[in-house]
Amino acid sequence: MANDWPLWEIFIRGQHGLSHRHVGSLHAPDAEMAVLNARDVYTRRNEGVSIWVVKSEDVTASAPSRKGPMFDPSNDKTYRHPTFFDIPDEVGSM
Amino acid sequence: MFEFLLRMGDNTLVLGHRVSEWCGHAPVLEEDIALANIALDMIGQTRLWLGLAGEVEGQGRDADALAFRRDAWDFRNLLLVERPNRDFGHTLMRQFLFDLWHHERLSDLCLSEDDRVAGIAAKCVKEADYHLERSKDLIIRLGDGSAESHRKMQDALDALWPYVGEMFSDDTLDIEMNEAGIAPLPSSQRPRFDKALSATLALATLIRPESNFAQMGGRSGTHTEDLGHMLATMQFLQRAYPDARW
Amino acid sequence: MYAQEVKSTGKGIKTHEEMSAEERDFQVRIDAGEKIEPKDWMPDGYRKNLVRQISQHGHSEVVGQLPEGNWITRAPTLERKAILLAKVQDEAGHGLYLYSAAETLGVSRADLIDDLLSGKAKYSSIFNYPTLNWADMGAVGWLVDGAAIVNQVALQRTSYGPYSRAMVRICKEESFHARQGFDIMMKMSSGTAAQKAMAQDALNRLWWPALMMFGPTDADSVHSAQSMAWKIKVMTNDEGRQKFVDQTIPQIEYLGLEVPDSAAKLNPKTGHYEFSDPDWAEFFEVLKGNGPCNVDRLRARNKAHDDGAWFRDGLMAHTKKQQIAAE
Repeated sequence: MANDWPLWEIFIRGQHGLSHRHVGSLHAPDAEMAVLNARDVYTRRNEGVSIWVVKSEDVTASAPSRKGPMFDPSNDKTYRHPTFFDIPDEVGSM
Repeated sequence: MFEFLLRMGDNTLVLGHRVSEWCGHAPVLEEDIALANIALDMIGQTRLWLGLAGEVEGQGRDADALAFRRDAWDFRNLLLVERPNRDFGHTLMRQFLFDLWHHERLSDLCLSEDDRVAGIAAKCVKEADYHLERSKDLIIRLGDGSAESHRKMQDALDALWPYVGEMFSDDTLDIEMNEAGIAPLPSSQRPRFDKALSATLALATLIRPESNFAQMGGRSGTHTEDLGHMLATMQFLQRAYPDARW
Repeated sequence: MYAQEVKSTGKGIKTHEEMSAEERDFQVRIDAGEKIEPKDWMPDGYRKNLVRQISQHGHSEVVGQLPEGNWITRAPTLERKAILLAKVQDEAGHGLYLYSAAETLGVSRADLIDDLLSGKAKYSSIFNYPTLNWADMGAVGWLVDGAAIVNQVALQRTSYGPYSRAMVRICKEESFHARQGFDIMMKMSSGTAAQKAMAQDALNRLWWPALMMFGPTDADSVHSAQSMAWKIKVMTNDEGRQKFVDQTIPQIEYLGLEVPDSAAKLNPKTGHYEFSDPDWAEFFEVLKGNGPCNVDRLRARNKAHDDGAWFRDGLMAHTKKQQIAAE
């Protein structure tokens, strides 16, 4: 369908000086909205310092790579983190 | 001071609640997530303002007691924020009009002579800045989008316009707050609001309604019928099980 | 779990001798624990099964917003409201990650959503049960997310790279979900008599549907073998269910609630709990569309989609105008 929002690949640089990392993708009508959406979707726990968006169809890939990106969520809203909830030791892992 | 804080906190409480009603029902997943962030910010801000209100009042009421155990006539929010969601266009237009006012208000409050007020405002204004960026962007895109989206946004603006004036009306409390250096008069924000509004509406190809009629009453406790229904839902558990802790 | 209805080709697993060179190569990589990436060669069946499983998993997250969304406007404190909202928001996010993972296999999100809305695609049976009192917010987080985590932790080892990475991200976020649920249950079960009654009621209603989330018993789940060989599935239904029961019954006892299964008891020899079968007839009815909320859930998703069409189209129209203006 012509009216479907295109897919964007999202890259985020955190505050620790590492380069931008691929964190996932999302849909948006254009690049500016992709940046706004990425802020909401992919920095819910991160303090992402900088966001890059690239239209998925503009990515040219080499032969398959064997290592994928990992994710590093960090503090934002404390209740999102499991340690916010005090679960008694005798209950076991959760 | 207590009343002034209620005005700030009730706005975000009521609007945050309205926005949260969309959860799981937005037009697209990305928007569901964005709206939830806005609602979360609003709830967070509510806790700050109502928390301080409870402290100032000194009767042992905390933010939850104020949110969940007051009846409609004790609410001090603008009528605008209690307007029902209707369609997504109304929701976005309501958000934009509020954000535009809220951002200016918080910017002014950062300079309040009351450190507690200035402190809360400084934290909230960063969030409000993002809310405004997003809602303004959407208003422009949808206003200058398809014929249908343009029509819906104009309809929403026309329907919500009577609720704009209340944001800039001054009453005796506002005059006291102004004289005490806590908060400038709401009317002093109007020129900035109008200028920013015109700029956005022009880009959105939307027409500012001509009438200057303003529905009033929210800030002194006379609300629309909708608020009572919202509170019936929101306060249900606290009211039905007054002894329970959650 | 999220592929309760995934059907395989019905054929047995090919032996190495029966495989083509490509298939053999592929299987060797999987056996060696390598991840398969979007541009790699893969058998059609692998791709099809993955698309179905990942999209069903995504649909489950998206529909899963609704039972909890049902209580956001009635959350009893500002903090509980914020927590619940953040959790439901995570579910939307998880749906999005999963759809994205499925999209790397050459399908579009729009098509996947169309399949959900038309009723062609399935989602987890659990979300066709209602949330009737506030303790359900505890029980959903604790039991439903708890069951999901058992499965999702295992799926981090799945062979398909994008799916595995989505699982890593999701698992990090889900731990908060189960814990906030248990936190609610602790508050409720140590609260007033009415709160304790709500907690027990929620447990009674959601216990069996939670067990059903793992899918039919292995004996009735003949499709698993190929999925296991491909590491699309990394744990059998019964293994998952057992693990869940073993971890959850002591938690029920800790809360001072009654296990809704009078036959449940620890077998000291095996160290595992014995427990009754859920009502599988009910399970298959729910899958067929006859659960208490199937119709309402789909109606809600269809309404959101239909009512939102002008918004999606309006934004796209704006973008196209801008592009034309720029040219």
